[in-house]
Amino acid sequence: MSVTTAVEQTGNNTPLQILAPDGTVVRPDLMPNLSDDELRELMRKMVFTRVWDQRAISLNRQGRLGFYAPVAGQEAAMIGSESALSKEDFILPSYRDIPQMVWHGFPMHKAFLYSRGHIEGGRIPEGVNVLMPQIIIAAQCTQATGVAMGYKLRGEKRVAINYFGDGATSQGDFYEGMNFAGVYKLPVIFFSQNNGYAISVPFEKQTAADNVAVKAKAAGIANARVDGMDILAVYHVVQEAKQRGINGEGATLIEAMTYRYGPHTMAGDDPTRYRTGEEQSEWEQKDPLIRFRKFLENKGLWSEKDEEAVIEEAKQAVADAIKKADEAPKMKVSELIDVMFETLPPELEEQKAEFLAKESK
Amino acid sequence: MAQMTMVQAITDAMRVEMKRDETVLVFGEDVGKNGGVFRATEGLQAEFGEQRVFDTPLAESGIGGLAVGLSINGFRPVAEIQFFGFVFETFDAIASQASRMRYRSGGRYTSPVTFRSPFGGGVKTPELHADSLEGLILQTPGVKVVIPSNPYDAKGLLISAIRDNDPVVFLEHMKLYRSFRQEVPEGEYSIPLGKANVVKEGSDVTIITYGAMVHTSLKAAEELEKARGAKVEVIDLRTINPIDIETIVESVKKTNRAIVVQEAQKTSGVAAEIIAQINERAILHLEAPVLRVTAPDTVYPFAQAEDIWLPDVKRVVDGLTRVLDF
Repeated sequence: MSVTTAVEQTGNNTPLQILAPDGTVVRPDLMPNLSDDELRELMRKMVFTRVWDQRAISLNRQGRLGFYAPVAGQEAAMIGSESALSKEDFILPSYRDIPQMVWHGFPMHKAFLYSRGHIEGGRIPEGVNVLMPQIIIAAQCTQATGVAMGYKLRGEKRVAINYFGDGATSQGDFYEGMNFAGVYKLPVIFFSQNNGYAISVPFEKQTAADNVAVKAKAAGIANARVDGMDILAVYHVVQEAKQRGINGEGATLIEAMTYRYGPHTMAGDDPTRYRTGEEQSEWEQKDPLIRFRKFLENKGLWSEKDEEAVIEEAKQAVADAIKKADEAPKMKVSELIDVMFETLPPELEEQKAEFLAKESK
Repeated sequence: MAQMTMVQAITDAMRVEMKRDETVLVFGEDVGKNGGVFRATEGLQAEFGEQRVFDTPLAESGIGGLAVGLSINGFRPVAEIQFFGFVFETFDAIASQASRMRYRSGGRYTSPVTFRSPFGGGVKTPELHADSLEGLILQTPGVKVVIPSNPYDAKGLLISAIRDNDPVVFLEHMKLYRSFRQEVPEGEYSIPLGKANVVKEGSDVTIITYGAMVHTSLKAAEELEKARGAKVEVIDLRTINPIDIETIVESVKKTNRAIVVQEAQKTSGVAAEIIAQINERAILHLEAPVLRVTAPDTVYPFAQAEDIWLPDVKRVVDGLTRVLDF
């Protein structure tokens, strides 16, 4: 199976590429089997996400959004991976992985409410298989093993994917999660978006290992190293990892080499303190949108008009979502108490009564 | 009815729940073939298979994460932490993940995990095996803490803990595992979480306690009654989070005097919280301040020093005498 080639061969080598930066296909043998419409849909999602990110940064600066971790540059890694999954697969995101949640079915206005710090932002609709964004770095790596073990015990053909950055690979939970997944042969995909920096700390200060992918060896699971600016390559390795998972072959660690064009978060991080302009522009040459746009244009599948239509669509969607977020009712302490337990202990009943009295005034 | 030790009652509770509910899974270090380092899971793997009762790698945080992931995917994990002194490795899974799952998802997800773990002094364990760390969890919103003091309670409370749809830390005092036998009913029964038990009625002073200190307190009560005829009421909290404030306050209103007895250090455990609650709710009924009988505020002692460090009958009698003579 050609897919196995990718997972086994890329671990310690050059990241797998299907599209060269000029948009030409360099590995036709690994080309995902996608229709023209599906290819266009990948581009639509990337452009949409880029616009959404720009709008989110702007809304954050206006004070209309709260906590926000920019995603520009990582669209191929995020969307390529999510698109290779089915809706029944379970996503355990980190705080930056909001796009995968939304493309998996989480409503955008709820993502905005999450950003603002509103309870509705955590209320994932029934049937949408995502967890709330994880703030504790790498906790999702161990939790994904539990979700995946559940699928394995029930004999369901589903996988759990967990997302994290390069810094997370220094955490104990990253290693423990992979190791448990290895021992129990669980259908898990550990997806590391290596954007080179954990806030200001470059990857070489996280580890003396050559890369993230080799760390799979310590757990005895499969690994793949992929060009995270190449959406087709990302799509391919995730599809393969999923197949391995549901075939009972166990877990895969994927390292996607990518870059964030913006700051770590919108809470005052200034990347010019730790990154050079040369480095930034070097990665801008590798922009996943440029590469995939060239590929589609060469095939006659994308035009400026298509792009403009998506830009308008995204702007409208963001405007609608922020409006809907504005309409969310203000939270009440009594309501927060109510979601602590199935049955409230007397002490909390008492505190709830106190706050209900205040709230009714 | 059968005569059981506490550890047998605990095994029986897991067996009953595993039979009743196929989503109940038991896992941890050495809980499978070995049946647990204290035999608490003895025979369970043979009866229910490796899919339901299994060993894990030696990593508490991984165990906690596995449990949380299973719990949001429809399972009811009973995860064992070999000794509660090792809870720090998995504190995030308990205190930042399981405890907050219902709240941060606005009720969409729940984490019905039971974390079972032995603790407690008096059996000369090596470092970080016996520490009383229940106070840490007491200060963690979203998770319940249960500490049984006898076989009957252990079974009924563990069944309730497993059935509870929120996370529960179930702490098993090592000294009580096999120290005595008690009649324990066959099959299922449950004891509600959050309800204390008045194990001895009295009218002159109340002892509020839990775990192994229930037995120390009962002996002290007996001695005091012999010595000066004062009638001591003894409350076994059974659940320390949430605390059964109502039972405590009712008793204090009757006796007008109270002490809290705990094995944990003075500024750990639950004593301070109980005293604060009594101050808020029953100060006009107090004839004396509420005192604490606890361990001193040092690191848990070297094994050879347990006898001089752990609260004993004499220290409880002293505490009672001080509030009676105030």
